[in-house]
Amino acid sequence: MSTDQQQRPAAAPDPGSRRAGELDARELGRYVWRQLTSMRTALVLLLLLALAAVPGSIIPQESVDSFGARQWKEQHETLTPIYERLGLFDVYGSAWFAAVYVLLMVSLVGCILPRTKHYWRAARAVPPRAPRHLDRLPDHTSYVVAATPEQVLETARAELRRRRYRLRPAQDGEELTVSAERGYLREAGNLLFHLSVIVVLVGFAMGGLLGYKGGVILLEGQGFSNNLTQYDDFVPGSLFTADEMEPFSFDVDRFDVEWLTEGPGQGQAQGFEAGLTYRTAPGEQYRTYDLRVNHPLRIGDSEVFLVGHGYAPVITVRGGDGEVAYSGPTVFLPQDASFFSFGVVKALAAEPQAIGLEGFFYPFFASLDGEPFNVMGDDQNPVVSVNVYTGDLGLEDGESQSVYILDKEDATQLEREDGRPLRLDLAVGDTVELPDGLGSVTFESVTPWVRVQVSQTPGKGIALGGVVLALVGLCGSLFIRPRRVWLRVAAAPDGEDGGTRVDLAALDRSGGGDTAAVVDDLRLAIVEALHPTQEDR
Amino acid sequence: MVYFLALLAHLAEWSLLRKVPVEATAEAREPVAVGAGAPLDPPPSATPDERTTERVAMSARLGLLLTVLAAAVHLVALVARGMAAEPARVPWGNMYEFTISGTFVVAALYLATRKRFGLAWMAPIVVGVVLALLMVAVIWLYQPVGPLREALNSYWLVIHVVSAIIATGAFTLGGIASSLFLLKDRAERRGTATTTGYLARVPSTAVLDRVSYRMHAFAFPVWTFAVLITGPIWAHEAWASYWSWDPKEVWAFITWVVYAAYLHARATAGWKGRNAAILALVGMATLWFNFIGINYFSTSSMHSYADAAVIAPAEVPVVD
Ligand code: HEM
Repeated sequence: MSTDQQQRPAAAPDPGSRRAGELDARELGRYVWRQLTSMRTALVLLLLLALAAVPGSIIPQESVDSFGARQWKEQHETLTPIYERLGLFDVYGSAWFAAVYVLLMVSLVGCILPRTKHYWRAARAVPPRAPRHLDRLPDHTSYVVAATPEQVLETARAELRRRRYRLRPAQDGEELTVSAERGYLREAGNLLFHLSVIVVLVGFAMGGLLGYKGGVILLEGQGFSNNLTQYDDFVPGSLFTADEMEPFSFDVDRFDVEWLTEGPGQGQAQGFEAGLTYRTAPGEQYRTYDLRVNHPLRIGDSEVFLVGHGYAPVITVRGGDGEVAYSGPTVFLPQDASFFSFGVVKALAAEPQAIGLEGFFYPFFASLDGEPFNVMGDDQNPVVSVNVYTGDLGLEDGESQSVYILDKEDATQLEREDGRPLRLDLAVGDTVELPDGLGSVTFESVTPWVRVQVSQTPGKGIALGGVVLALVGLCGSLFIRPRRVWLRVAAAPDGEDGGTRVDLAALDRSGGGDTAAVVDDLRLAIVEALHPTQEDR
Repeated sequence: MVYFLALLAHLAEWSLLRKVPVEATAEAREPVAVGAGAPLDPPPSATPDERTTERVAMSARLGLLLTVLAAAVHLVALVARGMAAEPARVPWGNMYEFTISGTFVVAALYLATRKRFGLAWMAPIVVGVVLALLMVAVIWLYQPVGPLREALNSYWLVIHVVSAIIATGAFTLGGIASSLFLLKDRAERRGTATTTGYLARVPSTAVLDRVSYRMHAFAFPVWTFAVLITGPIWAHEAWASYWSWDPKEVWAFITWVVYAAYLHARATAGWKGRNAAILALVGMATLWFNFIGINYFSTSSMHSYADAAVIAPAEVPVVD
C-alpha cells in the first residue's frame, strides 16, 4: 500500500546508523521531521491525546464546573497547589494538553502534504501492468471458456468499464492482458478527512478565542441590555474585544413552567417558557419571542439561551426605627431538583444594626413529623426559613462579595430564649418582629427568575462544515475499496476447440476487502456475457 | 398508566425469557458440536455422524429462529415503552431505555449481517452478551416510564441517540470479533489450538480481523456523526455551547480518538493484528465506561439523565 510504503522508512530509521553526533543539523532536522510525521508517531500521539483527556473528566474543571472545582480545592488542601501547577483544573487549556495536539497537528500537516503530492501523481497514473504470475496472488482463479481470446478480452474490458474500473491502455507485449484499477477516491477521501480535522480545529479555536459566553439571572419583569456590566458571569475568548457585542436588549415579560402533578415524572418541570420582548438595537422595533429550552433566540451573531430558572422571594426588612432597609426580590439558588433553594438577604442600611438573613426557600412547604420538607418545585406553598445575623456583615472592609454568601465571621447570630438559633419561618404575607427591637422581616411574594446565557461562537459554521466534510471523507476512505484486477488470456492448453484459458486475479489495496467475491463476480459476469446460458467450467 | 407499566415489565421479562431458550440451545449446540464440527463450517478433520449433524443443524436453526423472535419481541417492547409514555415519545430518556435499545441494536445488527459476513459462529456470544446486559438493565437500571426531561425534548435527541446506539452496537460486535481474534491468536501462538471446542469453530484469525475491521469501519463514521456532529448541534441548542468538555463529551471524544488509533494501527507495520485488536478492546472499554460508568462517577455531567439539572451557583461579586 502506497501510504504504508511511504511511511515505512520513517518508522525504521536509516540503517546506515551513524551515531547521532555525526548528524549535521539539517539531517537531524530531517530525521526529527520524518519521525514526527510517521504513522507510528501519529498513532502514539493519538493515544496520548486520549490519555491526556482523561484527567479533565475526573477532576472538576474551572471552566466547566467552577463551583465543583472550588469545593474540590477546599477538600484537598495538599493536592491543590500541585494540581494547580500542573494545570489540572484547566486541562483543556493547559500547556501540556496543547503540546499534544499541536504536535499531532504538525504531524498531520507533515503527513498530508507529501501524501497529497503523492496522490496527485498516483491519481493520474495508469494501472500498473499485470504481474507475471497471477496465480501467486491470494485471490486468483483460472478457467476455460469457449470463446476466442479477443472475445474474452473485449468482454472483460466492457465488464470492467461498466464497474467503473480504469483500464490500462493496451501496449506492446501486453496484448493478452487487461489491467484495471478502481477506488482512486479512497485516498482522496482519506486526505479530505485529515484536512477537515484541521478545519474543525481552526473553527473550534476561533470559537474559543474570539467568542464569549455570559450568563445572567433575570427576574420576571426585568430587562437586560447586552453589555459587559450587565452580566453576572462572563467568559470572553482571549482575543475577544467588547465592541463585538451586539447592542440588543430584551425584557423578560413573563415566565411559565408546567409542573407534572401526577405520574412517575411527578414533580418534574416541563415546558419552561420565558416570554421576551426584544429589539436588535436601540431605536429598532420591538419584537417578541418565546424563549424555551432547545429554542434559543438568535439575534445577529449572538444567541440567547434559557438555561435555568428558580425563585426569588420578595422580602422586606425593616430596621428598629421602622424604616425599610431592604425590599425586593432576592434570588435564591436551587439546591436540588425540587427547587429547594438557598439564599441570603443583606439589609445593610438597617438601623440600629445591619441585618443579614441566610436560609432556605421551600416552593411547596410541608412538614412531616415536625421535619420541614419540600414537596416539589411548583410554588404552591412558598415558605422562607432563615437564620438571622446582625452586626458586622463584613461589608465594611470594602472587599467585593458574592451576593449569595453572607460573611458571618464577625456577625452575631440571633438566638431564641432557650439559646438555640433563631429561625424565622415565613409564609407569604407573614411579618415577624425581630427580638431586641432590631426590626422586622416580611415575606411579601414570590417572583420567578430565569437564567439566560448569551453567547457568540464565531467559527461554529466552520467547525460544523469541517466535521461534515470529515465525515464525507471518512466514508469515502472507509467504504471505497481500492482494488486492482488483472486478467490474462491464452489459448487453452488442452487444445480444446476455440477454448481460451482465462487467468483472473484481484488485489485489495486497503487490506479490508473481500477480493474472492470480486473475482467470483467478475468470472461469472464474463462467462455470462459470453454465453448467456452456458455454465463455465 | 399503571396497566401499561405492568405490561411493559412483562414484555421486558418476556423478551428475556425468550432469550433463555436461545442461550440454552446455543449452549446445547456446543457440546454436541464438539468433535462433530459446526453446522456451517465443519473442520475437515471430523466425519460427523448423521444424527449428530442433524441435531446440530436443528438446534442452530432453532437458535436462530428464537433469536429472531426475541429480537422482534424486544422491538415490540421498545415501541410499547415509547407509546406508554404520555405523550408518546422515543424510548431514550434514561439509562434503562438506552440499554434496552442498545442491546436491541446489537441483536438486530447481528441478525442483519450474519448472512453477509457469515457470523453464525458469533451466535452464543452475541445472545449471551445481550442477555446479560438486559438483565443488568432490568435489575439495576429499571425506571418507570416517564415523560422526557425538557432538555431531551428535541428531534436532535432522536438522531443523536439513534446513531450513538447504532454505533455502540456495531462497536460491540466488532469488539466481540476482536476479543475472539485475541483468544484464537494466543491459542495459535502457544500451539494450544485444538480442532474441537468453540475456538476451533470460529473462523481463522484473518477472517476475524476482517469482520472486526468491517464492524469498526461501519461504526466509526456513525459514531463520528453522533458524537461530533449531532451531539454538538444539540448541545448548542440546549446548553448554549456546542462543546463544553463535559465528562460525557470527553469520554465520547476519548473513544473516538482510540478508535481512530485503531484504524491507524491497522495500517501501521508492527501494530497490525494483535495490537490493533487490543486497541479495539480499549475502545470498547471506554465506550461502555462512558455509557454506564460516567453516570455514577461524575456529578458534574450535564448528561446525568437521572437528575434534573441544577444550576451551579454563579459567582456574582457585589460592587459597592
Ligand atoms: C488528528 C489526528 C488524526 C486523526 C483523528 C486521524 C484519523 C484517521 C482515521 C479515522 C483514519 C481511518 C480512515 C481510513 O482508513 O482512511 C485514518 C487513516 C489514516 N491516517 Fe490518520 N488521523 C490523524 C492523524 C494522522 C497523521 C498525523 C498521519 C500521518 C502520519 C495520518 C495518516 C493516516 C494514514 C496514512 C491513514 C490511512 C490508513 C489506511 O490506509 O488504512 N493520520 N486517520
